[in-house]
Amino acid sequence: MMSIALEIPYWGQSLLRVLGGVGAVLLPAGTIVYLFLFKMMSFMQSRLGPMEAGPYGSMQLLAEVGKWLQKEDIIPENADAKIYKLAPVIVLVSTFLLVVVVPFGPDALFTDFSAGVFYALAIGSVSVIGILVAGWSSANKYSLLGGLRAAGQLIAYELPMVLAVVGVVIQAGSMNLQQIVVAQNSGSIFGWDGVGFPFVLTQFVGFLIFMIAVQAELTQVPFDMPIAESELVSGYMTEYSGFRFLMFFIGEFATAGVFAFIASVLFLGGWGIPFSWFGWESLDAVDGWMNIVGPVIMLTKMLVLTGIIMWVRFSYPRFREDQLQKFAWKVLIPLSLANIAVTAILKVAI
Amino acid sequence: MTMLSERQQMSYIAAQAADARLNVELETEGMTLNIGPQHPATHGTLRIIARLDGEQVVWAEPSAGYMHRGYEKLTEVRTFPQVTALINRIDWLGSFANEVPFILAAEQLMDIEAPPRAQHIRTILFELSRIANVSLFLGDLGVQMGAVTPVFMAFRDREYVLNLIEGATGGRFHPNFDRIGGLKDDLPKGWLDETRQVMKKLRNFCDEIEDLLFGNEIFQSRTRGIGVIPADVARQYGLSGANLRASGVDWDLRRDQSLPLAYDKVDFRVWTHPDGDSWARCWIRLQEVREATKIVDQLIETLPPGPVMTKVPRIIKVPEGEAWVSTENPLGEMGYYVVSKGDLGPFRVKIRSASFNNISITPWVLKGVYVPDIITILASLYFILGDIDR
Amino acid sequence: MSDTDTDESTPVVDELRDEIVARLRADLGDAVVDVYQVPQVDLWVRVTPESWRAAGEALRAQGFDYFCFLSAMDWMPSPFGDGENDPTEEVEEDPVASEIRQGYTGGDTRFQMLARVTDTRRHVSVTLKADLPQHDDGSMSIESWIPVYAGANWHERETHEMFGISFDGHPDLRNMYLPGDFEGYPLRKDFPLLARLVKPWPGIVDVEPMPASDNDEGDDS
Repeated sequence: MMSIALEIPYWGQSLLRVLGGVGAVLLPAGTIVYLFLFKMMSFMQSRLGPMEAGPYGSMQLLAEVGKWLQKEDIIPENADAKIYKLAPVIVLVSTFLLVVVVPFGPDALFTDFSAGVFYALAIGSVSVIGILVAGWSSANKYSLLGGLRAAGQLIAYELPMVLAVVGVVIQAGSMNLQQIVVAQNSGSIFGWDGVGFPFVLTQFVGFLIFMIAVQAELTQVPFDMPIAESELVSGYMTEYSGFRFLMFFIGEFATAGVFAFIASVLFLGGWGIPFSWFGWESLDAVDGWMNIVGPVIMLTKMLVLTGIIMWVRFSYPRFREDQLQKFAWKVLIPLSLANIAVTAILKVAI
Repeated sequence: MTMLSERQQMSYIAAQAADARLNVELETEGMTLNIGPQHPATHGTLRIIARLDGEQVVWAEPSAGYMHRGYEKLTEVRTFPQVTALINRIDWLGSFANEVPFILAAEQLMDIEAPPRAQHIRTILFELSRIANVSLFLGDLGVQMGAVTPVFMAFRDREYVLNLIEGATGGRFHPNFDRIGGLKDDLPKGWLDETRQVMKKLRNFCDEIEDLLFGNEIFQSRTRGIGVIPADVARQYGLSGANLRASGVDWDLRRDQSLPLAYDKVDFRVWTHPDGDSWARCWIRLQEVREATKIVDQLIETLPPGPVMTKVPRIIKVPEGEAWVSTENPLGEMGYYVVSKGDLGPFRVKIRSASFNNISITPWVLKGVYVPDIITILASLYFILGDIDR
Repeated sequence: MSDTDTDESTPVVDELRDEIVARLRADLGDAVVDVYQVPQVDLWVRVTPESWRAAGEALRAQGFDYFCFLSAMDWMPSPFGDGENDPTEEVEEDPVASEIRQGYTGGDTRFQMLARVTDTRRHVSVTLKADLPQHDDGSMSIESWIPVYAGANWHERETHEMFGISFDGHPDLRNMYLPGDFEGYPLRKDFPLLARLVKPWPGIVDVEPMPASDNDEGDDS
C-alpha cells in the first residue's frame, strides 16, 4: 500500500487492503448505477429519473439497497436450496477477486501480481459458473432457458476477450498490469512522448473486440439474451428477490466497473498520465501524490468506458441467440486472431 | 423491392429444417413453456403454450379468453347509444375508431346520413386514433426487441394526440363521441391550429423512430425474413390492415369501399410490401402513421361548415333490418353486423374484430421458429387483447 | 326463390352483384334458396345446410379469397325481455313480438349460420346464411369450412362454444374463450345474462338532451 512515514503492521495493511478492495468495487458500482442507470438513461428517454431521495435523487441507491435488504427471503420449493443460495455469492465474489490485480497508482495497489492479466481473465470466467448455477437451480423453465443461453454466450465471448488482450501483452512484453501501465505512460509514438503510448492507438481493433466482449460478458444489451426481459421475464434471475437479487444487481454493475478498470489499464494507460510531463524516468521516480491522483484518473477513465457500455445498452435492440453466437465465432474470434498475428509480426519487425 | 434474396430465404428454412431433423434424431425431450398470461411481452393477458425443442418451437398455440367480457351478449340488452359507450373498449388504444363502424351501420339501417361536417370530423378523429394506436406500436416494438428507449419517445409524442382527442371529445381513451346522425358536439376553438402543430411533431417522431429503430442493423436482422406469411395464406385467415398489405395484397378499406366518411376527398397512398415478413409489417405501420398525419392535414384544410348532427328523434328506434359495415381500423378490418328488430337496442351485434383473425394465424406461422422469434412475430402482428377477446 | 329490391324510384342496377348471384346459381343450382340484394350496397345469399361447404367452395372459386368472419344467429326473441324495461312493471304478452322471425333471406329454423367473404380484387363481399335444422336430441351440426378457408378454425370454435353447433371435420373443436367445463351456450337467447338477473335494470334513464337542431355554431376558426 502507500509507503508513508509510519509503519503499519501487517494486520493493518491487510485491513486497509480489504476495505480498499470493497470500496474499489462498491464505489464504482454505486456511481455507475446513479450516473448512468438512473440519470443518463432517464435523460435519454426524456424523463428525469429519481429526484426524491436525496438531492437530485442521489440517495436513491441507498434507498433501493435498504428496500431489497428488508424483503422476505423466498426460495422456490423445488429449487436446490444450497446451490440456489450460492449462485449470487459466486458472481459477486468473482468481482471482488478481480479487482485485486488492478493497479490504482504507483504504490496504490492490492497486489503486484506478475501474471496479472492471466489471473484477471481466469477469474473473470468464474462468474459464468454462478450464472449457470442460478439458472439451473431455480426450478423454473424461464431461468433454465436463461441459464442455457448464458452458458453458450458467456463461453463464446470469453475467447475474443482473451485473444484481444494477447495483443496488448505482446506489445507490452509483460503480463504484469503495473508494467503495462508503465510501458504505456513512458512510451512514445514515433519519438513523440506527449501522450505516452496508450495501446489503444495500435490495438484499436483489440480494444473494440475487448469492449464488445465485455458487453457480452456482462449480459448487457445487445447481448442480453440470458436476461431478455421481454421473453424470459428475467432469465436466470427470475426467481431471485430481496438481497439475493441485490447481489446480482451489484455484481452486474460492479463487474462492469471492474472490467472498465481493466480495459483502461490495458488500453488507455491506467492510472498514469504520461511520465514525460513530469520528467519521471521510471516507476520508482513517480511522486507519491500520484497515489492519490491515480485512483481519480482511473475513476474517470472507468466512467468514460462504462458510459459507452451503458449508452449502447440503452439504444440497441438485442441479438437473437444464434446471431449472437455467429457474431462471436465467425467474426470476433477470427478478427482477434488476425490482430494477434499482425501485432506479433509488427513487434518482431519493428 | 424485396431485400431478402431467394437464397437467403431458402437457407433460413433449410437451417431450421436441419435443426429439426437433428433434434428428432437425438430424441431430446421437448419442454412445454407457458408464455403468459402474465408476461412482459404480451400486450395483456394472452397465453401462448409453446412446445420447445431446445430453443426451437415445435408447436405453439395461443390460448385467448382471459379477457373475454361477453360483448356480443351485452349489446343485446343495451340501447344503441349505450352500445356506443360499450364498444369503445374493444380496442382501447384507438377507441374512437371502434365506434364508427357501428354508428355507420345503425345509420345505414335508419337510412340517414350525417351532415358533411360531421363526416369530416369523424374522419379526422378516426385518423387521430390510428396515429395514437400505431405510434404506441412503434415504441412497443423496441421494447419487445430489447431497445428500451423508443417507447418513451412514443409515449411522449402520443400524449399530444391524446390531448387533442381529449380537447375535442372530453376523453383521452374512451371518447364516446359518435352519435347516430352525427357527433355529440362540435370542435372547440383553436383545435385545428393545435392539430396542425401536433401533426408536425408526429412526423418528427416518425423520422426519429425510423432512424433509431428501423435503421438499426440488429433490429433489421431480428425482423427480416422472420415470420413470412404468403399472400394467399394471409387472405384465407382473414388477416387485415398492415398485416395483409405487408404480404403484398393491395386492399385498403378506406380506398376500396365508399362509406359516408371523408376519405374520397383526400389524397393518400396505400403502402404495400412484397415480403410478408415481420420487417414489412412494422415498416408499413410506420408509413401509415406518416400517411395518417398527411390525411389529417388535408382534412383540416377542407373542413366544411355546418351542423354536426342531423335531425334524429330523441329516443332512437332503429327500423328492422340487417347491416354490415367495416372500416380500416388501426388494427385491421373491424366490422359490425347489426341486426335490429325495430327496438331501442339491437337484436344481435356480431363484432368482427381484427386481432381475432390476426392472431388465429399464429399456430401456422410459429412452427419451427426460435423462442425470440415468437416475440418478434407477435409484436409485428400487433394485437390488442380487448380486440381478440371482446 | 325471390329477389327483393329495396329501391322505389329508379331501379338501381348492380351488375357485379347480379353476376355473382348468377354464377352462384349456375354452380349450386337449387342449393341457393334465397337472395337479398341492396343494389350497390350489399348482398345476402341463403343456401341449404347440406351445401354449406359447397357454397364456400363455389364462392372461393369465383374469387372470394378473403375470409371475413363466420358465426351464427339465434332468431328467437329473448324470453327475458330486452333488458331495458323495469322488471317490476307488468309486460303484456305480445304474441307477434315473441315469434321467431328471420331477417333478410328468410329461413325456417331458429338458428342460422352466418358467414361473410370478400373478393379483394373486385371489391365486393357476400354474406352467406344457412338454416340449421336441429336433430332429435336438439343438437345441430354443419360441415366445417376449414378445407375452404383455413381461418375458419377459430371462428368455428367460438361459434361452437357460444351456440352449441358442432362442425363436421373440424380437427380440434374445443372452447375458445370459456373454461373447459362450462355448461350452456351463452349466446343463445334462452341463456340469461347473469348481470341482469342479479341486479335488474331500473329502467331506461333520461338521455342527455340532443344538441339543438338550429345550431349555427358549426363554424370553427
